[in-house]
Amino acid sequence: MAATMFAGSAIAAKPAVSGRQGRRTLKVQAAAYNGAYAEELVATANKIASPGKGILAMDESNATCGKRLESIGLENTVENRQAYRELLVTTPGLGQYISGAILFEETLFQDTRKGTSMVDELNKNGIVPGIKVDKGLHPLANSNGESWCSGLDGLAQRCADYYKQGARFAKWRSVVSIPAGPSTIAVRDCAYGLARYAAIAQSAGLVPIVEPEILLDGDHDIDRTLEVAEMTWAETFKYLADNNVLFEGILLKPSMVTPGAEHAKKSTPEEVASYTLKMLRRRVPPAVPGIMFLSGGQSELESTLNLNAMNQSPNPWHVSFSYARALQNTVLKTWKGEEGNVEVAQQALLKRAKANSDAQLGKYDPSNESADAAKGMFEKGYVY
Amino acid sequence: MQATSVRSFSQSVAAAPQPRKPFTAAAAPGRRSVAVSAGLSTQKDNPFAEELKATAKYIAQRGRGILASDESNATTGKRLESVGVENTEDNRRDWRQLLYTAPGLGQYISGAIMFEETLYQKARDGTQFVDVLKGQGIVPGIKVDTGLQVLPGTDGETATQGLDNLGARCEAYYKQGARFAKWRAVLKISEGAGPSSQAILENAHGLARYAQIAQANGLVPIVEPEVTLGPGSYSIEETAYWSERVYSCVMRMLNEYDVMLEGILLKPNMCLPGLDAPPASPAEVAKYTVRTMLRTIPAAVPGIHFLSGGMSEEESTLNLQALQEACPNAPWSLTFSYGRALQSSTLKTWAGREENWDKAQQILLALAKANSEAQLGQFKGPHPVPGGGRILQALRTGGAGK
Repeated sequence: MAATMFAGSAIAAKPAVSGRQGRRTLKVQAAAYNGAYAEELVATANKIASPGKGILAMDESNATCGKRLESIGLENTVENRQAYRELLVTTPGLGQYISGAILFEETLFQDTRKGTSMVDELNKNGIVPGIKVDKGLHPLANSNGESWCSGLDGLAQRCADYYKQGARFAKWRSVVSIPAGPSTIAVRDCAYGLARYAAIAQSAGLVPIVEPEILLDGDHDIDRTLEVAEMTWAETFKYLADNNVLFEGILLKPSMVTPGAEHAKKSTPEEVASYTLKMLRRRVPPAVPGIMFLSGGQSELESTLNLNAMNQSPNPWHVSFSYARALQNTVLKTWKGEEGNVEVAQQALLKRAKANSDAQLGKYDPSNESADAAKGMFEKGYVY
Repeated sequence: MQATSVRSFSQSVAAAPQPRKPFTAAAAPGRRSVAVSAGLSTQKDNPFAEELKATAKYIAQRGRGILASDESNATTGKRLESVGVENTEDNRRDWRQLLYTAPGLGQYISGAIMFEETLYQKARDGTQFVDVLKGQGIVPGIKVDTGLQVLPGTDGETATQGLDNLGARCEAYYKQGARFAKWRAVLKISEGAGPSSQAILENAHGLARYAQIAQANGLVPIVEPEVTLGPGSYSIEETAYWSERVYSCVMRMLNEYDVMLEGILLKPNMCLPGLDAPPASPAEVAKYTVRTMLRTIPAAVPGIHFLSGGMSEEESTLNLQALQEACPNAPWSLTFSYGRALQSSTLKTWAGREENWDKAQQILLALAKANSEAQLGQFKGPHPVPGGGRILQALRTGGAGK
């Protein structure tokens, strides 16, 4: 369905440039996406951005999932990946704290061992299934050793197929490196790729999660991170607007504004919250319903404390989490691949999910946490 | 190609045959190969940073708005002549004195924009107008643009002038007591076409440069990109669309020029259909206006002060009220910066006669109170001046008349 923006107006029919005489009209004639999926996109985005809820990111590629499995002594096979993901999606009551789960393509089309689909298990749990749609990072020519994110080719068709399979939101992760500059072209490509992806996803009915991750690597201070974050988000929203993305139907997945991992001085949760909220208030239009932070190598405890600090007073958007390592780390170590440990591993997942749910509501109490939760998960040069 | 450390030209020449070293931040500490502009340095290096934020916050406080009284001498003259008053300096002074000394005006008005002449004028008893205003709890502001000029090759679209020597002028105005500034950019929609990309870019750029310079000199810039109410039967959706495009471009230019958003105020138009289209209800105006603001204006901006731009006095109040209902948890203050919608009936009541002075001030206070209540979402009516028609003025180009 073509998006007809103006009732009874012939604007869409006019030629792009009307020539030298008279007014030159803007070439772009479309308004923000207003097609068949517009209402559904807004409803889905708001459902995911509900109070007390966040996203479980479980979309590790097969290679990355393999690293996780190998860390607990398991071989990287499709069965082991299936068993692990099944453990996560069938956790009873997970839907109290988790409103969306991002899947890798293999998982979206996978069944559990009992024959139900992963998608159905999530829906039963009240969790919206999402899908990672980018095709990974590649070296960006003529940059300072930086990357660009690929995946636009054939994306429209892939998104349509994913929607059919039951996905209702998508995710695309691009990165920005502060030690590498960042260079203008890297930031621009990051922002532009996200904008194009977002437009395509929306026209296929998937709420796009917009994720320009500013990597934790580096020894820069928190002021420098703020500067780069402000610039990256300015660029991102510029291209999102140009590409007529409907802001009421997207979610953001930013990194928090923290010092670099190798910076001498650590910041308190209050400092991280203050800097991060300042950045968001300066760059994110209030029309965006939800901001779901990535953990990016912070420890489970740090991720939760920082989120809690950001929710001590009302924000114009839902401020929540989309955590992978910060939700899964203890779960994996508890499970160790043993069937007998599934239930207690699921309890560990619920515990972390609840902690972050409390943090979203600004009510988190860290007194019950174990030492394990405080262990950092930063890996220098981490490849996703 | 690897980025290299900065070297002098002669060094580069001498070193040309050598293999280039890969760039690392540590190897070239002074060099940033980056688009990242110094968003923070405006804050760190600007001694006015805290004051700008405090002033903007004060002006944008709930229940208050701005009195726009910065008409150029030429425009003021037209107004005075419309009620049979001669356009002299004394008459202009008397008219502004009537406005600024209205007793208790400060309950409803947090800032007043002045034309340059007025900024340096005194009341009849010798008190500086800036002091009169401060005594009322009203922050004095100053119009700093020098008027509109037609953009060549366009269909009557305009650019706003005033960047030349702006820094020095702002410094002088600050010294005189002004604490905020205003610059009006105009974009227009006509039948079937919105503003051209040239006009949008030019006006957004002008606003951003002006805002940067004003902040550097201690004045909170009111950023006013007016998508003007004009002839034609274009729909409210079209106005909303073009307003969204314009504001998105303005915000991105403000970002490029490192303008500190916590220290600005916005003065946008409400979304209205063209003059020849059926009028929209306050609820409809509010729906499209709020949507446009939510999509384009980050929460860091403390206040959005809508211009009245031709709406009648009653319409201006009813629409303002509807905005609060449409956006009860607005992250910025949705308030007013009204000129005609506060002055029109006030002027007609005064008509230059001393015996009408108090009555005219009462009308102004009633209008200001109505809008203050509307800003709080508490206006119940009746309006002090109901049923008025649109108060239109022609677009004047050729610079700010002296």
